[in-house]
Amino acid sequence: MAKSQNKTETKKAQKEKREIVVPGEKIASEEDYLPGEWTKKEGNSIIALRFGLADKSGRLVKIIPLSGIYMPRKGNIVIGRVIDITFNGWIIDIDSPYQAFLPITECSKFVNKNDLSECYDIGDTIVAKVLNVKRKGIDLTTKGRNLGKLEEGMVIQINSNKVPRVIGKEGSMINLIKKESDCEIIVGQNGVIWIKGPKVENELFAQKAILFVTEKSYIEGLTEKTKEWFEKSKNKIEKKNKEE
Amino acid sequence: MEISNLTKKRIKDYLESGNRFDNRKLLDYRNIEIETNVSKNAEGSARVRLGNTEVVAGVKMDISEPYTDHEDEGTMVTTVELLPLSSEEFDYGPPRINAIEMARIVDRGIRESGFIDFKKLCIKKGKQVWTIFIDIYSINDDGNLLDAACLATVSALLTAKMPKYDEKKEKVCYNELTSKKIPLTKNVPLTFTFHKIGKSIILDPSKEEEESSEARLSIALSSNKKEVVINAMQKGNEEVFSEAEILKIIELAEKKYKEVKEEIINKIEKNLKENK
Repeated sequence: MAKSQNKTETKKAQKEKREIVVPGEKIASEEDYLPGEWTKKEGNSIIALRFGLADKSGRLVKIIPLSGIYMPRKGNIVIGRVIDITFNGWIIDIDSPYQAFLPITECSKFVNKNDLSECYDIGDTIVAKVLNVKRKGIDLTTKGRNLGKLEEGMVIQINSNKVPRVIGKEGSMINLIKKESDCEIIVGQNGVIWIKGPKVENELFAQKAILFVTEKSYIEGLTEKTKEWFEKSKNKIEKKNKEE
Repeated sequence: MEISNLTKKRIKDYLESGNRFDNRKLLDYRNIEIETNVSKNAEGSARVRLGNTEVVAGVKMDISEPYTDHEDEGTMVTTVELLPLSSEEFDYGPPRINAIEMARIVDRGIRESGFIDFKKLCIKKGKQVWTIFIDIYSINDDGNLLDAACLATVSALLTAKMPKYDEKKEKVCYNELTSKKIPLTKNVPLTFTFHKIGKSIILDPSKEEEESSEARLSIALSSNKKEVVINAMQKGNEEVFSEAEILKIIELAEKKYKEVKEEIINKIEKNLKENK
């Protein structure tokens, strides 16, 4: 009896740890907690500034946003689309409020200065790293391992706030999806995901799995749930194949 | 962000093998949901869902002067508003070219089919006739807004009731709806938009497929008792159709019309019964 009570109490504590809040909502009183990311002190209480999960760890309370646009940060790996070519570089759409710029000097390959489209053409999808974010704009680089133009495969888009859930703790989620679907996957911090598999069916399966994760992003212990989901959907596919 | 060229190529290749990303066949529609009388203030209204695509259409009636070349006929005005809420491509402001085109395709499909009996909408020849205002709003854009808009309009017209007209005051009493319906014939118009991607021809594209579409052809059909008639056509996008392809599309459109018409009328009638 005492044990079960203990369990429910710990469950309660976990639930209290992460609560969905909306902007303006009172999360905690000032005496018990300190305001962290996306929160503000108002009077004697701490209020939320964004829609998301309120995370109380130690004395700090912060919000993990569940919606909103992608704001680039230095060092982020992003996937973008070349939308224009200038005399000294490329303009990249990375699905944020600002366009990004990739200068010639930050391209890893040799570039013919008379024809930049030989290297990256308009419409190409590239993986890049955010070099710096300044008031003038965002600079990218493709110098580095696994950066540059993407060939084949397909690209899907999710909300950038759900990227951490898709990757999971130390990449547990993304490794699970990679293993189960037999695909290569690159997740950009801007919510753009590139998938390449041996067959289109594998890619679509990986896409389904990622959409499942984004839909259930507020659940605790999501990796276990996703494992169950994989088993279920695999059984379904086997059944279908048998019927055929 | 615009759809990537890589995804476009994948869609094209996958279509060539006869498959689509969402497991549909090339000419399959998504699940059609129709909900009627969704607006309190409109004389008739409907909400249509094609998968995640959602469109609302409303019908309002008013009295106005007829055009001088058709003195004994009522008039019809169609407007489409693509709300910024429904897609990141749409913005506030006056209607852009895509909204204007959509309104015209819907308008022409209905007008040319003779679905509305305009002669019966005349009150006083040359002085007073009924005007039908059709307003279409996009709620969510997941591809194929056009067909959804046409469906919503037809459903709204089928369920609309005339408001009472006070002849002495020459005013319309909007709070008193009569049990009379708008004079309609049995030529129910439907529009089918075919998209060409590579060599494949598909119906009811999703957002991804619509963005990778190379050419599109909208065909408005109606049936006069037994025969199916083509009332209007509209071609869009850069690529071309060959003659053989157009003939094939026309054949497919006729087949699809016969299939879908019954289904839709049944759905509307069922919905009306449930509402009562």
